[in-house]
Amino acid sequence: MDLSAINPALLLASLLVAATPILIAGIGELVVERAGVLNLGVEGMMITGAICGFMATIITGSPALGFLFAALGGAALSLLFALLTQVALANQVASGLALTLFGLGLSALLGQGYVGLKPPSTPKLDIPLLSDIPFFGTVLFNHDIIVYLGIALVAAVWAVLKFTRVGLVLRAVGENHDAAHALGYKVVRIRVLAIMFGGACAGLGGAYISLIRVPQWTEGMTAGAGWIALALVVFASWKPWRVLLGAWLFGGITVLQLNLQAAGVSIPVEILSMSPYIITIVVLVIMSADKSRAPASLGRIFHASS
Amino acid sequence: MLTLEKRPQPSKAFAYLTPIFAIVMTMIFGGLLFMALGKNPFEAIRTIFWDPLFGEFAFYYRPQLLVKGGPLILIAIGLSLGFKAGIWNIGAEGQYIIGAICGAGAGLAFYPMEAWFIFPIMVIAGALGGWAWAMIPALLKVKFQTNEILVSLMLVYVAEQLLASMSLGLLKNPDGHGFPGSRNLKDYPSAFNDEIITGTGMHWGVLAAFIAVIFAYVLLNRHMLGYSIRLTGEAPRAAKFSSVNPTRIILFCLGTSGALAGLAGMFEVAGPSGQISIDFNSGYGFTAIIVAFLGRLHPVGIFFAGLLMALTYIGGEMAQGNLGLPGAAIQLFQGMLLFFLLAVDLLTNYRIKLSRKEAV
Repeated sequence: MDLSAINPALLLASLLVAATPILIAGIGELVVERAGVLNLGVEGMMITGAICGFMATIITGSPALGFLFAALGGAALSLLFALLTQVALANQVASGLALTLFGLGLSALLGQGYVGLKPPSTPKLDIPLLSDIPFFGTVLFNHDIIVYLGIALVAAVWAVLKFTRVGLVLRAVGENHDAAHALGYKVVRIRVLAIMFGGACAGLGGAYISLIRVPQWTEGMTAGAGWIALALVVFASWKPWRVLLGAWLFGGITVLQLNLQAAGVSIPVEILSMSPYIITIVVLVIMSADKSRAPASLGRIFHASS
Repeated sequence: MLTLEKRPQPSKAFAYLTPIFAIVMTMIFGGLLFMALGKNPFEAIRTIFWDPLFGEFAFYYRPQLLVKGGPLILIAIGLSLGFKAGIWNIGAEGQYIIGAICGAGAGLAFYPMEAWFIFPIMVIAGALGGWAWAMIPALLKVKFQTNEILVSLMLVYVAEQLLASMSLGLLKNPDGHGFPGSRNLKDYPSAFNDEIITGTGMHWGVLAAFIAVIFAYVLLNRHMLGYSIRLTGEAPRAAKFSSVNPTRIILFCLGTSGALAGLAGMFEVAGPSGQISIDFNSGYGFTAIIVAFLGRLHPVGIFFAGLLMALTYIGGEMAQGNLGLPGAAIQLFQGMLLFFLLAVDLLTNYRIKLSRKEAV
């Protein structure tokens, strides 16, 4: 066992990378849930985004286009969910599960010819001067643009929800859809847009796994990241900045256990590999005491009767 | 313009018809999908739905229907109880794995002793294992109001790691020349879940599934507890006023579904699969969710839905071998079925009406 082999600067840097996919997917789901919709299909949208982005990158050779197509793929899949829950008024829990099962199958089918390929690498945003600062340069200023995009997205969602009219309407729809409808807001339209935003975010998060974090395509490679993103939203009590905190916490545990495995600590590998899931459960238990912040209309079906 | 009008009562006729609609629509869209993959859609659909039952090699495939349908029905019956009450156990896959580990572990602990009581002990161990695994989300939900969907699902990943650890460590076959996986229970008569009637695929797990269907039917239609479960799901407020104890419902629904999933895992590992290995589980726990919905959460419906789903598994394997249809296409096909089912369910609860366009 050699713990000194773990470099704290690299550990923190990889924490930011590990946190990014669940951060982006989580902030997307936060918007969906604030609009009063519970989409349990995050895992399915993430894996679909992962393969869409991977395919587009291999075909075009451009990671930027890959991420674009990942977002489009995730949003397209989420549209199916929107159709089911907003138009066909189906149960949201069941529809979300269906979306995950469907997305896992779809991605496996699409990805058949792509196993073992290596995508062109995404350039790091090597900021001059800043990235040369010892320690902080490695940790903070030596990443690809998506890492920063994720953090910017959190800030943007926070600002929109808190300070703009759009955010106010979105929250109204999520808190009391009947009142929002009575005020003349198009509840279904707003929710469909929120669901598509969530889908695009989940797609981006998935593509980050297949294009940067791993980078490769294997079936079922998101391995529960979508479910952890869902847990993050509960953990965050539906507050944007807390999603960031939760993602870092979770990213930290993931990276730490991988480093401990590599360092050959005498804890069995299986125990280390299951630790992120166990910690998620523990955190959920601690946070579930605070139920007050859940949007009041979360998961309820809206049907304008007249 | 089309608008929806809520029916005062869910339509009985549509409740029976919608699963058939969904299957037909899935066949049509599935056919289009197979066509897009460059296969003959009619041949693909025939291979999946017809050949396993009436084709040339049907004598080999027909028993498989029970082998694959048994665990699906057993798990789905348990899940449907919770789903009826609005309790979402989606971690049946994990409970299935733990049941298999406990069942096989209990059996292997006696190796190489031969005695009549070994198999019953394995059955009890399997059920207890699944029950205990499901009790984790149940107790957390009761004590801390933790979301059971997320907890039960997280525990699937934990169970998968445990399975890997078991097949590489504690339960590894000492005579296995270092290969991962436990002893094969097929070579251990006291622990082997053999066919009850040779050549039919009918093993003890299938029998258990049939018994579960009957018990669930009686419970839901003739018993106070079953009524409370239905009441909790359909009218939570009414349930509260008639002093239905929610804690009891949660513990019962999650516990039963866990125990049944654990049983399914135990019967599978002691019979068709034979040994604990890293990937012995084949996603039955997740497919059972589709089975439960396809069967409209009704025990008899689930029975037929389980057999139908088993058919798509077998037909899918045939199509993989004969037509080169990718395995993932079948998975997609099953997902599609659930989609269409949820979509056409609209007709059960709403009436579609033609009306003038409303003012904007």
